[in-house]
Amino acid sequence: MASKSLYSQRDPVLKKRDDFEDVLEERRNSSDLRYAFKCYTPVLYKSLNPCKPSMLKNIVLQSDPLQYVINQVCAESGEPVELVQEEAAAILEEMAHRLQLSTVRFFAFALSKAFKSLFRSVCVNEEGIQRLQQAIHEHPVVLLPSHRSYMDFLMMSYILYTYDLTLPVIAAGMDFMGMKFVGEMLRMSGAFFIRRSFGGDKLYWAVFSEYVKTMLRNGYAPVEFFLEGTRSRTSKSLTPKTGLLNIVMEPFFKGEVFDVSLVPVSISYERVLEEALYARELLGVPKPKESTSGLLKARKVLSEDYGSMHVYFGQPVSVRSLAQGRINRSQYNLVPRHIPKKPANGIQSFVNDAAYQLVRLQEENMVLKPWVLIATFLMQNLEGMELSQLVEQTVWLRDLARSFGAFLDWPEHSSASKVVSSSLSLHRNLVSVSGGQVRLQAGQPTGASAESPEAALFEQAVSALSCASYRNQILHVFLRPALLAVAMQAAASSRKEEVYNCFSFLRNMFSNEFILCPGEAVQDFDEACYLLMKCGAVQMLQQGVVSVETGQATLSFLCAILEPFLQGYQVVCRYLYEEATDNLTERQFIPAVRSFAVKLHLTGSLRCYEALSSDLQKNALAALLRLNAVKKVKMPDQVVLKVNKLAVNSLEDTLGGKIPTQKPVLARL
Amino acid sequence: MASNGKSSERQKIAQQRLRIIAGHLRKQEELDHTDIAAQECKAESNSNAATPNSMPRKRQEIMKWNGWGYSDSRFLFNKKGQAEFTGKRYRLSGLILPSLKDWFEGTFGANLQHKSPATPAINASAVHPPNLSESFVEELKATGIPFSHDTEDRVFRAHGHCLHEIFALREGRFGRCPDMVVWPNCHNDVVKIVELACKHNVCLMPYGGGTSVSSALECPPEEKRSIVSLDTSQMNRILWIDEKNLTAHVEAGIIGQDLERLLNESGYCTGHEPDSMEFSSLGGWVATRASGMKKNIYGNIEDLVVHIKMVTPRGVIEKSCQGPRVSTGPDVHHFILGSEGTLGVVTEVTMKIRPVPEYQKYGSVVFPNFQAGVACLREVAKQRCAPASIRLMDNEQFQFGHALKPQESSIFTSFVEGLKKFYITKFKGFDPHQLCVATLLFEGDREKVLQHEKQVYDIAAKFGGLAAGEDNGQRGYMLTFVIAYLRDLGMEYYVIGESFETSVPWDRVLDLCRNVKERIIRECKDKGVQFAPLSTCRVTQTYDAGACVYFYFAFNYRGLSDPLSVYLQVEHAAREEILANGGSLSHHHGVGKLRKEWMRETISDVGVGMLKSVKEYVDPDNIFGNRNLL
Repeated sequence: MASKSLYSQRDPVLKKRDDFEDVLEERRNSSDLRYAFKCYTPVLYKSLNPCKPSMLKNIVLQSDPLQYVINQVCAESGEPVELVQEEAAAILEEMAHRLQLSTVRFFAFALSKAFKSLFRSVCVNEEGIQRLQQAIHEHPVVLLPSHRSYMDFLMMSYILYTYDLTLPVIAAGMDFMGMKFVGEMLRMSGAFFIRRSFGGDKLYWAVFSEYVKTMLRNGYAPVEFFLEGTRSRTSKSLTPKTGLLNIVMEPFFKGEVFDVSLVPVSISYERVLEEALYARELLGVPKPKESTSGLLKARKVLSEDYGSMHVYFGQPVSVRSLAQGRINRSQYNLVPRHIPKKPANGIQSFVNDAAYQLVRLQEENMVLKPWVLIATFLMQNLEGMELSQLVEQTVWLRDLARSFGAFLDWPEHSSASKVVSSSLSLHRNLVSVSGGQVRLQAGQPTGASAESPEAALFEQAVSALSCASYRNQILHVFLRPALLAVAMQAAASSRKEEVYNCFSFLRNMFSNEFILCPGEAVQDFDEACYLLMKCGAVQMLQQGVVSVETGQATLSFLCAILEPFLQGYQVVCRYLYEEATDNLTERQFIPAVRSFAVKLHLTGSLRCYEALSSDLQKNALAALLRLNAVKKVKMPDQVVLKVNKLAVNSLEDTLGGKIPTQKPVLARL
Repeated sequence: MASNGKSSERQKIAQQRLRIIAGHLRKQEELDHTDIAAQECKAESNSNAATPNSMPRKRQEIMKWNGWGYSDSRFLFNKKGQAEFTGKRYRLSGLILPSLKDWFEGTFGANLQHKSPATPAINASAVHPPNLSESFVEELKATGIPFSHDTEDRVFRAHGHCLHEIFALREGRFGRCPDMVVWPNCHNDVVKIVELACKHNVCLMPYGGGTSVSSALECPPEEKRSIVSLDTSQMNRILWIDEKNLTAHVEAGIIGQDLERLLNESGYCTGHEPDSMEFSSLGGWVATRASGMKKNIYGNIEDLVVHIKMVTPRGVIEKSCQGPRVSTGPDVHHFILGSEGTLGVVTEVTMKIRPVPEYQKYGSVVFPNFQAGVACLREVAKQRCAPASIRLMDNEQFQFGHALKPQESSIFTSFVEGLKKFYITKFKGFDPHQLCVATLLFEGDREKVLQHEKQVYDIAAKFGGLAAGEDNGQRGYMLTFVIAYLRDLGMEYYVIGESFETSVPWDRVLDLCRNVKERIIRECKDKGVQFAPLSTCRVTQTYDAGACVYFYFAFNYRGLSDPLSVYLQVEHAAREEILANGGSLSHHHGVGKLRKEWMRETISDVGVGMLKSVKEYVDPDNIFGNRNLL
C-alpha cells in the first residue's frame, strides 16, 4: 500500500536525508543586482498550455463548472445571468494573481539584502530541488510548506527563483491584501488572495476552486498553499485543513490529469522572527493587523540575528499512488464532471488521511537546532539549572533524539559546551546565564501595571511560551514514546491491553494538540514500543510492557515532556467542572479559562505556563467536544457550551492519574 | 428491355464495388484477372449450389497455425535489411517498405540482429491426447457429420489471437485443446450435434472465424468433459436475398469477405466491415456484438440483424416475424447478441442489405494536435454528418503509418511529398511531433459524396485542420488490415504488442487517451521494460454521445525474464485505467474470459444475476461450457 510506503522505514535512524547548500553564500560573494537580472528560464510542465494571467481568468470564467454554478445561483436568486457573471468576474479580479517577472526581480534584489542581514545562512537541500524540477516537468505540482512565519512564502519563491524553477502561485489570506502596495506587490509575485471564510458562498467557492484547478490542470505553475491554514504560533504543526487539498486532488480523481505531485516542504528557523509576538498573541493580545506601516516598524526586527534557516524539499508524493487501492475513480463516471458534488465520505477521509501524512512528512524533515534540546530542559526546569548540568543533559538528549530519528543539525567539530553557549547567546533575549546558572529571563513589565502580580506573571509567561515554542519543535520526535511512557505510569498493570487502552485514551485526548493520524493508534503504539525497546527503556514480555531499571531516566524525561499538556488539559477540565455556568458562550471560554489559570498560578497551585496559552485551551475544548463531554448549542446570536460535569470531572481525574483506566467513564459518555 | 437494362446497370455497379473493396483490401491486378461477374439475384437458388469457399475445413492449409492470417502473407526484413510484405493478396504485397526498419528500431530499440524465432512446427507430443466421449463419437458417426481429432485441427481451434495465445504457440506451448472438431453443414446438423452433446454431456464450443481477442476460445482448463469444437465454417451459404425488403438470409458460418463478395455479385452489400472481416464470421459478429468500420452509414451488427436463429440445449430460438421493430417485451435478440457462445450456436441470420454504393472516396485531414482533432470529430458527430468512416490517429500512429509507405515510384512523388511536409510543418507551423491525422471514407452518390466531403472539410478547417489527400487516408485504413501481420514481425525480434478498445463519452475522450497512454508507459517502466513502449491510440468511431477509442501498445522485451506476465500486468493496468476514466469494458471485442473479472462492477450484481438466470434456463448443464462472460 502506498500510504505505508510513506513510512516504510522501520528504523527512523536509517532515514536518508539530503545534504544542505547555503543559498546566501553566493549572494554574499556576487552582485545582487546581477542576480536580480539573471537569465531566468525555468523547466516547464511537459504538457503545458502556455497562457498569460489574463487568459487564465477568461478560461476560468468560461469554464463549464463555473458556468454551471452561475446558472444555479441565477435560478435560486432570480438575478439576471449578466449580474452574477459580473459578480464572478469581480471575485476573480479580487482573487487572481498577476505574476510579473519584473516584480519578481525586484523582490529577488530586495530579499537578497534582507535575508543576508537577517540570517547567517539559508540552507536548502539541492537534491530536493532536483527532484522538484523533475516533478514539475512530469506532473502538476503542489508545494506544501510548513508555516511558522510570514517569511515562509517569500522564502519559497526566492529559492525557486534562485534555482531557476517555475515560480509558484500562492494561496494567501485576504488580510495581506489590506496592506497597501505590498498586497499588490505580492500579487505581482504570484500570490492570489482568498477570503478566510466563505462557507456558504457557492459562487465564491466555485470561482476559487476553478481558478486553482485551472492553474493545476494547465500546468501553469506549481500551486503553493499551507496545509496548516495559518502560521503555527506554537511551532507545533497544526491540524491540517483539507479544503484546498481536496481541490487540488480532484483533477486527479476526475481523470483530468494523470497525476498530481504533492511536495511537502519543511521550513525551520533557528530563531523565529515573530517569536515574542506569537507568545503575546497566545496570551490574549490580539495580533496586529497587517499594515504597511506595521511592516516598516518591524524594520528593527531586521537588525537582529536570526541564526540560520533550513528549507527541506521532501520527496514528491504522488496522489495516484496514495489513492491506489483506496479510491475508486469510477465513482465519477455517472455524473458530468463539471457539476460540483460534495466529496463522498471515502474521498473525504482519504484526503484527511493524506493531509495528516503530509504534515508528518513536513515534521520529519524539520531541522532541529541544539537550542531546541536546551529549550526542552529549560522548560522542565523553570527555576533554572546549572550550565554544566545543562550541557551534560543536552548531549544525552541529543543522542536519544538521534536514536529516535530526529533531524538534528549539531555542529560536529565543536565541543558540546561551545555549542550550548553559542545557542544561549543567540537566544539571549530569552535566557540569562549568571554564575553558572541558566534560567529563563522575563521581560520587564512596563507602564502603570508594572507592579501588579498579573503583569509580572504575564511577562514570565511570554518568555516561557517563547521558549516552549522551541521545545515544541522536537515534540513530534518524542510524542509516541512519551504517550507510552505516561500510559505505562497510569495503567493499573503492565498487561499489554491495559497499557494500550491507556495509550489510546491519551492519544485520543491529545489528537487535536498533536499530529496523530486518525485510525493509526495501533501503528503508533507499535512504533512507540519499538523505539522504547530500541533505546533500552522497556522490555516487551509475554505478560506485557515492562520498564527497565536503566531506562528510568528516559521514561521520566518522556513523562515530563507531556506533563505541561496533561496539566493544561486538567486545568481546562477543572475550570469547566468548577466554574462554568450554564450560559457559558463559546466566545467567553478562552478569557474565562485564562483568568482561571492565572488565578491558579498566583495562588501557586499551578506552575506550568502552557495552561495560559489559548492554543492549548482551544485544542482542549475541541477534544472535549469530540468526546461529547461538552456540547455546542446554537442560540440566535451566540453559541453556548453545555458541559457534562460528570464527564469533565472524570476526564480530569484520569488525566491526573487518579483513575487508572478511562474505559468505564468514557463508555458512559 | 427494362429488366435487361437494370441488370447490366447492376453488373456495372457490382464491378465497381469489387474495385472499391480492392481499394482497401486486395491487390488490384489480381482482381483484374478474376472472372467474378455480377449475377441476377436468384433467391434461394444458391442454397444448394456449392459456393466458392475461402475457408477449407483444414484451415492450416492456407493459414498460419501460430500467427495471423494467410501463410503466404507476412512481413519480413530481407537481406538488405529492408522490410517487405510477401504474397500477392494485398496492396502492400510484394512491395518494399524502406522506412519501416528505422521506425521499428527507433521506436522499440530493437535490433535486426536480435531474433526471437518461433517454434517451426507443432510438436504433436506436446499436445495432450484427446479425451473422447466414445458414445458421442459413435452416434455422431451415424449422422454422417464430418469430424476430426487430428492434432493440428485441435490446436488450430484452441486459441484466438490474443498476444498471450500466439506467444505460447510460438514457444510451442499448448494448453487445454478441444478434443475433437465437428463441421456441421447446415442448421439441422447443428440441431443434431447439440442434441447429442446434451445426451452424452459433452462440452460444445462454437468456433467461427477464430479471430477472438478476449480469450473466448481458450478451453477452460478445469473442464473435465470432452470438449467439442463446433466449427461453423462450412455453413457459409446465402440462402436467399429479398430485394423487396432489402434483406438476405445467410448461414452464420460465412466469413466477412465471402459475404460481401457474394452479395456484391448481386449488386448488394451489408456494409458491415469490422477490421477482421477477412476471417471473422457472421455468427461471431452476432455473438460478440461486433462493430464495423462503416457503421455510420450501415449501423453496427445489432442494427443490421433482422432475424436470428440459434440452437440451444433447450431447442431453437427465433422470432415469428421479420417486423422491422417490435414491442414484445425485452428483445430476445439481445440475449443472443453478445452471448459469446455461452447459450448456443447461431445458425442463420437475416440481415439488412444495401445496394453497392456508386462512389467511394478516401480523404484525410491533418490537425495541429490531437485536441483539435478530437474537437473536430466531436463537432462532426454533433452535426451528424460523419462520413462512412472517420478515424483520428494520434501523432505516434501517424508516424507509424508513415513507416508503412512503400518505396516512392518516382522522384516527382517524393518531391511532392517533401513539398507537402514543408508546407504543413514550416509554413503552417505544425509541430511534427504534435500533429495528427484524421482519415475519412465517404460513400454514396457521387454528387452527395462531394457535397458531404466539403461539409466535413469545412468543419475541419474551423479546428485548424488541413486537407491532406486521399493517399494518407487510404494508408490509414490499410494499417488496420496489416497491423496483425506486423505484430508477427515484431515477435520475430523481441517485440510484443496488443490492441484493445473502449468507448467513452465525448467529454472524457482526451483525458482517457492521455491517461491510458501514460499509464502504459509508466507500468512498463515500473515492470522493468528497458525501452519506452509504443503507446498510441486513435478514435475510430463517433457516436452522438461518445466515441470508440482504440489503443495499440507494444514493447521490446529483451532482458525480461517473464515478458508475458509483464505484458498481462500492463494490459490489466491499462484496462483499470480505462474504467477509472469512464471508459467501457469493451466497445466491440467482447468480454470473453480476459475481461470477465470486471463484469460485476460493469453491469451490477443484479445485471449478473439476470444473465445467470438466462444461462441457467437455456443451458442448465452448461453444455456450452466455454465459460465466457460470467
